[in-house]
This record gives sequence, structure tokens and C-alpha cells, in this order.
Amino acid sequence: MYFDFANVLVFLLFGIAFVILNVAVLSRLMRPTIRQPDKDTAYECGEPVIGSSWVRYDMRFYTVALIFIVFDVEVAFLYPWALVFKGLKNAGAPGGGMFVFIEMLVFVAILVVGFLYVWVRGDLEWVKSMPESQSGQGSGSGGTGERAKQRDAAPTARS
Amino acid sequence: MLTGLLLAAGSAGRGLIDLDLTSLPLVGEMLAEHPTIAWPLLMLAIGCGVVIGYITVFSLLAVYAERKISAFMQSRLGPMEVGPYGLLQTAADGLKLLAKEDIIPRDADKLLYIIGPIFVFTGVWLSFVVLPYGPDLIVADLNVGLLFLAAVASIEVVGVLMAGWASNNKWALFGTMRMITQLVSYEIPIGLSFVAVVAISGSLSMQEITLDQQGWFWNWYLFRNPFLFVGFFLYFIASLAETKRAPFDLPEAESELVAGFHTEYTGMRFSLFFLAEYAAMYVVSATAAVLFLGGWCTGFAFIDSWMMESAGFQRVLANVVGLTSITIKAWFLVAVMMWLRWTLPRIRLDQVMYVCLKVLLPFSFGVLVFSTLWELVTDGTLFGDWWPLFQFLISIGGFGLLMMNFMAKERPYDIEADFRPLRHSEVHAAPDAGARG
Repeated sequence: MYFDFANVLVFLLFGIAFVILNVAVLSRLMRPTIRQPDKDTAYECGEPVIGSSWVRYDMRFYTVALIFIVFDVEVAFLYPWALVFKGLKNAGAPGGGMFVFIEMLVFVAILVVGFLYVWVRGDLEWVKSMPESQSGQGSGSGGTGERAKQRDAAPTARS
Repeated sequence: MLTGLLLAAGSAGRGLIDLDLTSLPLVGEMLAEHPTIAWPLLMLAIGCGVVIGYITVFSLLAVYAERKISAFMQSRLGPMEVGPYGLLQTAADGLKLLAKEDIIPRDADKLLYIIGPIFVFTGVWLSFVVLPYGPDLIVADLNVGLLFLAAVASIEVVGVLMAGWASNNKWALFGTMRMITQLVSYEIPIGLSFVAVVAISGSLSMQEITLDQQGWFWNWYLFRNPFLFVGFFLYFIASLAETKRAPFDLPEAESELVAGFHTEYTGMRFSLFFLAEYAAMYVVSATAAVLFLGGWCTGFAFIDSWMMESAGFQRVLANVVGLTSITIKAWFLVAVMMWLRWTLPRIRLDQVMYVCLKVLLPFSFGVLVFSTLWELVTDGTLFGDWWPLFQFLISIGGFGLLMMNFMAKERPYDIEADFRPLRHSEVHAAPDAGARG
């Protein structure tokens, strides 16, 4: 059994070696290297680069990551359950397999309640409409909203 | 997995200090199983060579097939110049990429930029360790095979994040953020379909899952119960997103982002991403074949029983039959992926998230719960030996009824509503990373 994991280790090393061999040895023998300062800049459609790309980005990506962590951990916890389910069902566990099944159901139900809460709260909406969020705040930034509405009205009228 | 490696390395280090290698679990077990280490190492070297050859040949053929299929669907010829019917076109492209200049941008994070491709390629490459090709054709039949597969598949996410962030390129950053969101979200439906299968097979080993499905094709997990039938389609849709195939190819949308996270990569580094992408297509298709379509089993009871009982030269033949069987199944699924790519338009990021979080996720919960419940109630033997056939008919019948229901409904196809770009007032902020730098 342990030998199987030695296979994995050898494969891991081979995979890393394959990349290094291709990039640093095989390709190095064949490729030209013509240094030019312009080549080393980031690609922005041929324009000079404006600022760094290491910027802050949207909060929604963090929400997705949080949802992922919750459910991925849940899946990780379900693997051991799934592995022993068949055995416990056939071995006649107390209350039959139904007991084991209900255990899983309780675990999943707790997470589904949380999932429904997030759903109803609207955190799963990728697109949050602007008038809604502004009416929620109730403050007077209606000017931007009006302008946005006018901008949108134009294409609708055309079509 | 990295923790495991560190532990292994740590225990190996302690062993070296004690100068008693055989006391270690790993080495002792290995020496007990194989008194001389040379033979297994040779086999491993051959295994690595065969698998890398398989990946390369598969990628060359898959790229060629994709070009030819797209050409066929658009009434073009496709590659015709290099070799007969353009067969050598992809090989020529690979050679060209090998001879391309290697550029690392000045502002890039050099270390992450260099190890990004290693992570992406190695993650996909390690998946091949547990994929079975025949009764004896598997590199390592790990007892945690499916879990291992799920674990190494997520290494790719780390590699993509490294490569995209290190490039210091706005296109790369946009593509990376889209891709991470997508990959990370669609891992959940995939994981839940894995769990639904494991609950029925009672094993994580890929060979044992395959062996549980031998016999007639209605023994396949696809037809095991009506809910797993749905589970297969959930898995397939989610695996399209995992491999960035259309209609989920927006991380690499050429018309919006230049190339996604590998915009700055050139030559061989780029081609490793490309190779990993096509290898990943094979991995998800072969996984679908193993979990739902019987793996290397042929679907005919008499052939499968012969494959199990054969010995000597017949055993070699049986392995060839198994290899052919799983290759046909996996390549068929790859062909379906290509067919979908040239049929469906790309969807928006909000639609991608909608499909995952509000459609696939609840459905995969349902598949897990109800397929387990079905297994519990029917216990696999409701009508004796013919129960699998009944389940097959129930699955097919249920699917047919569902399809007829869909067909009967007049659903006007509203292209304006489904595929129009979002208006400014509908968007809370820019859908992508808001560049405020």
C-alpha cells in the first residue's frame, strides 16, 4: 500500500522535472533570445503600461471564496461517511441503514439552512441592481441613478 | 497532500539520522513487498514514459480533432497543409512553440511566474496516477483514489492564481479572478457527485468502483438509480466549467480578455498550460467514464467475466480490451465537449455563478440525498437479479418523460434577454476586478 504512495511521489517529481526539462533545457537549446526593453513590459494592447496591476478587486470574489470554503469542508466531511455507508447498511447498523442516512441528512440540513439564508439575503446574486441598493441606503445619491437610467433608456429606445 | 509529503519527508529525515531505514513504515513496507528496489523503479520509469506519451498523443489528436470538428461545423476545411489531411499540423505547432522566445515581463513576480506552470501541469499530471486503463493497467490503485483525484485537481487553482497574479498584467488579472471564481465554485457540485457515487460503491479506489459496475451495461452507475442518472449530467456540466470549456470559457474569452491568465506567457511555458488544459479534458472525461460509465468494463456481461477470469496471454488481451473500452468512452465525452463548444454561445459571469450556486448546487444536494435514500429503500435487490435492469428502464423512462415535458412546453427563445450585455444600472460595480490603481 505504501508503495503506491511512493509511485505518487515519483510521479510528482517526474511532473516537475518534465516542466523544467522542457522550459529550461529543451526549449533553451532551440529558442532565440533577443533582448529588447519594450518586450519586457506587460501587454496592454500595445499602449504604454498605466500603473501596476496589483490592485484591489471586487468584494464579491471573497463572498464566493467563503461559500466555497463552507461547502468544500462539508464535502470533505461527507467522504468518510459515504465510505462507510454501504458497510453499515449491509452490516445491519442499529436502526438499519436509515439511522446512518438520517445522520447525514441532519448534517446536510444544517448547511442547507445556512445556504438558504445566504440565498434569501441575496448574497448569491452576482448582479445587484443599483436602484435597489440605493433605495436601501435611502440617501441622496439619486443623481448618478438618474444619469444611469438615462443612459440605459437610450439603447432601449433605439431597439 | 503537501502536508503528507512534508510528513513523509520529515519521517524520512528522522530515519536517516537513526540509520535504520527498515524501521520506517514507508521503506519497510516497500522492502517487504519488493526485496529489490530496482524492478519497481524500472516499472515506474516505464509508467511515467507511457503516461506522458499518452497525454502528448491525446493532446495532439484532440487539438487536431477540435480544429477539424470546428471546421466541419462551420463548413471549412480546417488544417490541410502539413501532412496528409493536416495531421501533422499540431505536431508542427508544438515544435514552433518549443522554438519560441521565452519572455518574463520586467514587472512580474519572477518566482511565482516560473513556478505557476509547474503547479498547473503537475496538478493535472498527478491525476493520471489513479486513472485506470484496464484490469491491471493503473499506475497506483490508491485506496483513497477518488479523494486523491479531487485533491490534486485543486492544485491547478493555486497554479493559475500564481501565474495570473505574478504576470502583473490587467488582462491576466481579470482572467485569473474569473477563473478562480469559476473553478472554486464548480468544485462543489463535482465533490457532491463524487460523494453520491462513493456512498453507493463503498470504496474510493478507482479499480473497486470500476469492478462494482461489471456485467451488463445496466449495472453502470449511470443507470444505478434515476438520481445518479441526473448526477452524471450535473458532473458533466460542472466538469465543462472545471476545464474552462465553452459555454464556460469566459476566463479565456479571446474577444474580451486577450488570453486570460496566461496572456504574458510565451513559448514552452504557454504550451505547458495548453497541454495541461487538454490533459484535464481527458482526466474529467475518464473520471466520468469510471464513475458512471463502467470504466474499462465493456458493458457486456460475457466479455467482462472473461476479462476477470483470463490469465496469461489472454490477460494481456483483456487489458487491451479494457484500454479500448475506456478510451472509447472517454474520447466520446471529449468529442461531446468539442461539439458543445462550437454549438453554444459563451455565457456571462453572473450566469456562470447562477448556474453553479442556484442550479447545480441544490440539484447535487438532491442527488446525494435521494440517491442514498433510493439505495436504502430498494437495497439493490427489489426484484432479485433483474433489479438493475428495472432501474435502467426507470432511469431511461424518467429521462424520456422529462424530455417530452420540455419539448411539449413552448419556450420562446428570448435572445435579447439571455445574451444581451448588462446595462450600467444593473451592475452594482464592474463585473470584473475594478482597477483603481
